[in-house]
Formats: sequence, C-alpha cells, structure tokens
Amino acid sequence: MTQRFRLPEGGLIDRAKPLGFRFDGTRYQGYAGDSLASALLANGVHLVGRSFKYHRPRGIFSAGAEEPNALVQLGAGARSDANMRATQVDLVDGLTAASQNCWPSLGFDLGAINNQLSRFLPAGFYYKTFMWPAALWMRYEWVIRHAAGMGKVPDARDPDHYDKTYAHCDVLVAGAGPAGLAAALAASETGARVILAEQDGELGGALLGLDETIDGAPARDWVAAARAELEARESVTILTRTTVYGYFDHNFLGLLERVTDHLAEKPARLPRHRLWKLRAKQVVLATGAIERPLVFSDNDRPGIMLAGACQAYVNRYAVKPGSKAVVFTNNDGAYGAALDLAAAGIEIAAIVDLRPDPEGPATERAEAAGLPVLAGHAIIGTRGDQRVDQVRIARISADGASIVGGAGEGAAQTIDCDLVAVSGGWSPTVHLFSQSRGKIRFDAELGCFLPGDAAQATHLAGACNGAFGLASCLQTGFEAGAQAAKAAGLKPGKRRRKIQKAPEASDDGFLPARWTWLVPSDRPLGQGGKHFVDLQNDVTAADLKLALREGYRSVEHVKRYTTTGMGTDQGKTGNVNAIAIIAETQGRPIPEVGVTTFRPPYTAVTFGAFAGRDIEDLLDATRRTPIHAWHQRNGAVFEDVGQWKRPWYYPKASESMHDAVNREVKAVRSSLGVVDATTLGKIDIQGKDAAEFLNRMYTNAWSKLEVGKCRYGLMLGEDGMVMDDGVTARLGEHHYLMTTTTGNAAPVFGHLEEFLQTEWPELEVRLTSVTEQFATVSLAGPNARRLLAELTQDIELSANALPHMGLARGRVAGIPARVFRVSFTGEMSFEINVRASYGLALWQAVMTAGEKYDITPYGTEAMHVLRAEKGFIIVGQETDGSVTPLDLGMDWILSKNKDFIGKRSLTRPDMLKPDRKQLVGLLTEDPAEVLPEGAQLVETVLAKPPMVMVGHVSSSYHSPNLERSFALAMIKGGRGKMGQRVFAPLQGGKTLACTITGPVFLDPEGERLRG
Amino acid sequence: MLLIPCPYCGPRSEEEFSYGNEAHIPRPKQPDKLDDAEWAEYVFMRSNTKGVFLERWMHAQGCRRWFNVARDTVSYEILAVYEIGAPRPELELRRDV
Repeated sequence: MTQRFRLPEGGLIDRAKPLGFRFDGTRYQGYAGDSLASALLANGVHLVGRSFKYHRPRGIFSAGAEEPNALVQLGAGARSDANMRATQVDLVDGLTAASQNCWPSLGFDLGAINNQLSRFLPAGFYYKTFMWPAALWMRYEWVIRHAAGMGKVPDARDPDHYDKTYAHCDVLVAGAGPAGLAAALAASETGARVILAEQDGELGGALLGLDETIDGAPARDWVAAARAELEARESVTILTRTTVYGYFDHNFLGLLERVTDHLAEKPARLPRHRLWKLRAKQVVLATGAIERPLVFSDNDRPGIMLAGACQAYVNRYAVKPGSKAVVFTNNDGAYGAALDLAAAGIEIAAIVDLRPDPEGPATERAEAAGLPVLAGHAIIGTRGDQRVDQVRIARISADGASIVGGAGEGAAQTIDCDLVAVSGGWSPTVHLFSQSRGKIRFDAELGCFLPGDAAQATHLAGACNGAFGLASCLQTGFEAGAQAAKAAGLKPGKRRRKIQKAPEASDDGFLPARWTWLVPSDRPLGQGGKHFVDLQNDVTAADLKLALREGYRSVEHVKRYTTTGMGTDQGKTGNVNAIAIIAETQGRPIPEVGVTTFRPPYTAVTFGAFAGRDIEDLLDATRRTPIHAWHQRNGAVFEDVGQWKRPWYYPKASESMHDAVNREVKAVRSSLGVVDATTLGKIDIQGKDAAEFLNRMYTNAWSKLEVGKCRYGLMLGEDGMVMDDGVTARLGEHHYLMTTTTGNAAPVFGHLEEFLQTEWPELEVRLTSVTEQFATVSLAGPNARRLLAELTQDIELSANALPHMGLARGRVAGIPARVFRVSFTGEMSFEINVRASYGLALWQAVMTAGEKYDITPYGTEAMHVLRAEKGFIIVGQETDGSVTPLDLGMDWILSKNKDFIGKRSLTRPDMLKPDRKQLVGLLTEDPAEVLPEGAQLVETVLAKPPMVMVGHVSSSYHSPNLERSFALAMIKGGRGKMGQRVFAPLQGGKTLACTITGPVFLDPEGERLRG
Repeated sequence: MLLIPCPYCGPRSEEEFSYGNEAHIPRPKQPDKLDDAEWAEYVFMRSNTKGVFLERWMHAQGCRRWFNVARDTVSYEILAVYEIGAPRPELELRRDV
C-alpha cells in the first residue's frame, strides 16, 4: 500500500483519489490518472508476465499501445478480458488483474524450462517438429496451445452491451499530440466539421510525458488552452479513449471508443465500447512515433524499458521506474530522458552512447548536469533474475560490428543498476497510412520508414511523417490542418482566435543517430545471451539469421517462419530492427527488404463492438404473418423460412412431431386442412407489356392465359438452372400477380427488376412487391369447397365457374377477397387472399365454420409430405442451382415457340448428357425405414468408402396415406433405371436398400384436385 | 468501403449497393443463332481487369436503379458513373497501373 516509487509531487495524477487494485491477488494502491502499468511501477512491481515461448520473466517495457510484454488478464468471469496492455488500462477502483502465460505462478514458472532448452527450440521449431504423423496434429496442437496460451477467454457470454454509430466529417484528425491538436485547431478555424480522435484518455500525446515548453510556458498549459479552444468550437467533436484502428477505402475509417472501461461505476445506459464507422472528406494523420529498442544481449529483463517510457512515467505519473539507471542510446533523445530521470532523483549511473562523438544541445545539457557519458560504448550483456541488477559495458569498434578488446570478460566493465532506459531511435506510426494503401519509403538519415505518396485524401503532421521535434510537430500540424480544411472545400477562417499560429518551441533532442542495428557482444550471437528482436514472440536476432540460412528471403516469409512481428503488438517496437538485421545479413539495402504489410486493426477491437446491437432478436428482422398470434396460441412449433416464422406443425397435448404431422396429412386427404400461406412472395406486375415480360422470364407461354386464370411457371437463370417456381394469375388485361417461393421473394424481384432495367427498358412493365399487403389462407381437402360455400354468397364455386387454376373475386366471411383455385397438395384447394389486416379475422372465421369438418391447421412439414406424395418439387430442396427442368422431367413446361431466360443453355452439350442426375422416386425395401435427406446413393456397396456415388436423397418422409416411407431423389440417369435397386450406406454401418420409382406416389391423374 | 456516387441519389456507402459485375455485356438478341462457345462466352466469361473496369451496380437500399461505374481496380478510384445504355465513357487510361 506504500507506493514506494511515487514521487512526492508532480504528474497528472490526482493524489486526492487513491484507488485500490489487485495484481495476482496482492493488494496495491494507485491514484486516479494512473494506468495499471504506472500504478504497478509506483509499487515497485516490474515483473508482470512471462514470455510466450521461453517463459522468461518480463516487465513493463513501454507506456503505450506498443507494449509487447505487460499483457494481463483483467477481471474475472464473464467480464474477463485477455491480453490487455497494462500501459493502456486506466486504473479504476477495485480493478483486478492477473499475469498470463505462467504456471504455477509468475515468480516460479515451470515453463521456464523452455529457456534452458532454448537451443532445441529454434525458429520454425513447431514446423520442424510436429510434422509427422499428420493424424497426431490435433493432439500436438492441443499441447502447444496449452503451453503457449496467452490469456484466457471469458467463461460465460459477455454481459456488456456495445454500440455502433455512423459519422461524417470534413476532417478527421487521428491523434491529439501537439501535431494533432495544431491540425484540429487550424482545420476547425475554417468552420470545418472536425473529429479529433485520441486513443489516450488525455489530450497531449507525447507532451504528457515530456517536460517541454511552448511559448515559454509549460507545454501542458498550451494543451489545456488548445483543448478549451476546440471544445468551444461547435463544429469540433473530441473523442478520447478512441483508437482509429483501421483506414479503409475512400476515406472510410473505423474507430473504437472505449466508453466505460475507465469508470468504476458503469452507467447501464452507456455501451461499453462504441464502434464509429466514419467517412471523412479529408484525414490528417498525426499518429506520432514509437520508440525503438536496441537489440543487445539479454535485452529483455524486467527493468529494461524504453527511455521515452521512463520519462513518461516520471513526468506524467510521478513514478520512479527505478533507483539507479543506465541509459543506453544511439541518438540525442535519451538525453532528455536522462535529465528528467535525474531531476526526479534517479541516479544516472551512465549514459551509454553508441555514437563515438555525441554532440549538440542535448548532450551539452547532460554534461552540464554532470551526467556521466560513455561515448562509443555499448551494453553487451545484462544480469538479474526477475529484474535487471547489472549491465556489462564495452567500447565498440568503429564499424559497430564488434567490441574493442575482443571476446573475454577483460574488455567489459560492469555497472549495477535496477533500470536500463533504452532508445534506438523512433519509428513513425505509419500503420494507418499504410492501411490506406499509401506507399512507405525508407529514410536512411532518419533511419525509419516514412509515408511516401498518399493513396487517398490524406495529410500528415508531426512525428508520423518524420517531423520529430516539437516545433516541427506544431508547424506541420497547423499546415496539415489548414490544407485539409481547404481540400474539404472550406474557406480560410476570418475569425481571430487565441491560438492560430505555430507557437515557439524547440526541435532539439532527436538526431543524429548511429544506426547499429545489432549491438555486438563478447560472445558469438546465439551463444550465451539472447538478442531479442521481438519481445512478445521471443524472436531473437539469431532466429532471424537462422531463417535466412535456411533459405528464407522475403521478409514476409521470415516473419511467418520466425513469428517476428506477429502477436497482439504486431511488432510495433521490433519490426524495423528485424528488417534492418535481415537487410544487413543479406547485404541488401533496407528499402529492398521492405516492410511487412500493416493490417487493421492498429490495436485489438472487441468483437462486441463489431456486433454492436445486432445480436439476438436484433441480428436480423423477424417476419410474422398477421395470423401468427393464433398459431402461437394454438401450440404451433415454428420453423424459420428465410426471415419468416412459419408453423412447422401443431402438436396436440402429448403428440410427437411424427404423430402430429401424420394427423395433419391425413386430415387434408380425408376432410379439410388449412395452411397459412401468407409468406409466399407476391409481386404485382402491371403494364401493357406484362405478358411479353412473363414470356421472357418464365419457361412457358403466357400470351394465351385468359383473364381470371392462373398458370404455374418455372423460372431459370441464364445458365439454364431452375431458379424459382410459382403460380401467376392474370387479374386483368395488363395486370398479373406472381407468387414466388417464400425464401426467394426478394431475389426473384431483383431478377425481374434487373432484366427490365438493363435489357428491356423499352418494355412498359411496373413491378410492386405486395407480399406483406395480403394474407393468404389456403383451404385444402375434399371438404374445401363445402366450407368455402358456407362463407361466401357472391362467388360461384362450381367446377365450371371456378375450375382448377381459376380465380374469382368476392367476399369471404364478409371480407373482400381474391380466391385462387390452385393446389400444392394435390387436393382440391382454394387460396383466399385478403388484405393483410383481415388475415386473422378470415382465419378465425374459417376455423369456426370448419369445425364441423374437423378442420385441421397444418404446418410446413405436412405440406411438404403432401406435395412430395404428388411429386411436386420444392426449389432449393430438389434443386440446388445445378438442376435443369430437363433433370426434373419437366420438359412439358419448356416452350418451343419463344425465347426465355436460360433457354439456350438447355441445349448445351453438358445439359443433354444421359448421366445427369434426374428426379426419381425412391422406396426403401423396409417400409418402416425413412431415408435421411441428403443420404448418398450407390449401386454397389463396398466394405468402406470410397464408393461410386450415383445420387442423393432430396426429400424423404413417412406417409400415412401410403402407410410407408417414401422419398424423392436425384439419381444419375435415374429415369432410365426404374425398378433398379440402389443403396444408401449410412453412418454407423447400416445400409438401406431401395428401389427406384417414378416421383408421383398418389393420384397421378390429378382427379382429386380437379373434382 | 467504397463511396459510390449513385447518379440518382448522390454519394452513398457501398453497403447500400449490390454488385452486378461487368457492364456492356448485352443479352444476345437471338440466342438460338449462337453456337455453344459464343453462348458460354455471354453467360460465363467475364474479364478480370487490372485497371479501369466498367461494371454495373444497383442501389439496392436506395432507388433500386441499375447504373454503370468506371472503377480502377487497382486504386479503387471511381472515375465515372453513367446510365445503363449510355456509351462507354471517354477516360484517359492511366498508365501507372
């Protein structure tokens, strides 16, 4: 509880608000304004995790999004989060966190044996070891994942809710450091709609961690004034804790806003995270830069940190990351850190500078402060079990490839310390720029990859474009913001504001640098110490060189083989060093090696944010017919057909599905059934060319269909495959009503629209989807006409007046109705269409009047049995996009006298092959056995697969009318194989023998439906 | 996510549109006069262009109208939109793709 390493004053923390938290079960205290990492450091906790492969002790390495080591498991149970960067976790009261990747405990980890065995765990270890036998891979994978697992997934579904929002702006500014703030100020000066997104909870970026001055005052004062100015401008939206994670086509960007993670009490009305889908006219990237480590021997111990991070812990969080520090650098930047650390009371044991003659304002200030500088030196090794406690230092040769004095202990001096602050230069954060498909180029002088030509409306400001100094950040920020607003079409602002010009600041503290990509040691590379390049994935310089020796050349391949640059940090700190070491080893220039691809997201995005509110009932629309409530009250079991809920069957009391469906099927054949057919797609087609249009879209002829009559139609794709079927009625001279299958209503409508608009705009035809305007109650069975006659006075129902495929208008149960005499069951059948709002009233009237006929509501399952008994196909069940009308034996519906969509394809040679799968019926030899739908059929049964398959079962049911099972199947050359036997070998070893029959099992003459 | 300038509604997000593949492939007037190869060419074959590609889009969640788009398949830049039936636009072909 002591916060021994908290400075007595300073920082952006609120000492009046102490916060309690636990790490690995131990209680600690921090302050409001802390990150989890700064609070741990304030309590002297450096060891926070074990490395991925060798299980080496690892400490907090950075102070931001680039953190490779300090990944923790936050919280417990359903709200637990894995792989959270302690450096970016806002401390909240009661927070609990646990280390990952260690067992049984962080301090004593059995997996650390891998470190001793490391010479047997080279690059590509898994690829080399677990190759054979392939059948064991599943087992290997389990062991590997168990040993290597990062965090744990939550043990229950996520109880939080998430949200998504869409936004537009003139200028998006990504990053609110000095450059981003300046850009936002300049852009909004014009009145532009500006969104300023900052991943941190505070604005200021690097200024939060620096002790800089702007216009002679502390830089933080300028940040506060800039914020106040921006907040006062109505057209500016400031989003903090918001990461621009992806930069997509046409200036479309993804932002993740963490709304409540930093709150101890989370208001229920707020989503945890909010995903912003943003379209920006112009984008200003002010994403800053990430400090790079140096690659030296055993550079991974806890207490070895980035210099800028040490500085941020001192200045922003008032935390001493150590008591005695060695600063190791190749550039001026670390001198500022050394001065700040010294000012905070940390003893600077040495500044070890790779450069032989460092000079300039930064070094002068350090020397003036009396800090010891060892120029032309390097750290060549470190010591310390769970925290660094000593470094070895030696002078390096002029070419930087070896140490002066050669191998052996004699050349080195040792310095005791508990902190090593490292700076290997800076890598501009070009991730978003690269995602936008902007070109990346290598700048040899700055020693980093910089944005080149932009691919989109993108502007760059500050360190992400190599303008590292504060003055340059401000200058380029103001310029980029003004440019972006102008490009977005806004006029320069006339208003005089307090902050509108780049203020005075210094550019000191970065270059020049000496690029020693691989710091030599007194031992050969890979023997003794480890030069880590990628801390998170435990990839060393020796691993990279081994991969190159084994023949890998492309940086993308080396990456995948060694895993460098992978994992949750995606190599934010290590990638440039890896590329440079590869280049050096291959003797190629760095630009030739190139960079690996930057892919979104910049940092991880919660799945919940992508889902937002689109879960459970809101995942997709649910469509219910006007009669739905009745179905529910009467115990219907529903099935999903597209978005529709359709009654599947209506079980009574203790009935099984089988019993219920049998009862429903029998009722239709013996007396009267009723089905809710509202879900069928209905398209109203009008216009003087409607008949011609139908002629072109359907396979059969429509010109001679009389007004008041219906016709079954089959629709093909241009490839000749069956697309849909349904009955179309001619309501008037130029007026048709087309029905489609339930699931195909929208695609068919789109298909018709496409041809009308793109091929035949000269046709005068109008289409209107009327599916939801009408409810359809379909009566079927020998008593259908009797019942209907009781419900209507003005519709003549005799076989002459309303024959099969006829239609009539009138009132049914007092409701204006269209009655279509069409049948999908093979029984006499009347489909009554009324306005949707009357659907339930009609249904109830039918049910009441039908009691005397024991009217039975039936569901889709009974409907399927009834239609299959008649050999009627269902599009999507008998057909699968590879079935033609010829395959179905439906030659009769193909007009020879006109063209139609798909016709020409039907005479392609492939369509006429005799061994195409054809529709047949199938009867099992054991009438009690029901074939599973989808079962493959063979003519010759072998002991085990593979066997030659000749077809498959498409529909299969038990029929109470046939008093046996029956099936429809698609069998190669099936129509020529009537009476032949085929077999269905099933899982579990059972084989069902069947006989091929015709597909019509009941009333082949159709007497029942005509009557 | 493309920003597609619907000629009837103005610029809208790609999410609102459905794609209709290559433009300027009219349905043959007399399919029965074509041999199998010619018919297959119409039904199945589309070009896979690197560079400026003339393609069809439909504003499915807007006006539901079809139109043509000239899009660079490398940069994804939309160079022109024009009505169905209108001639191919005169575009300066970019040489840098």
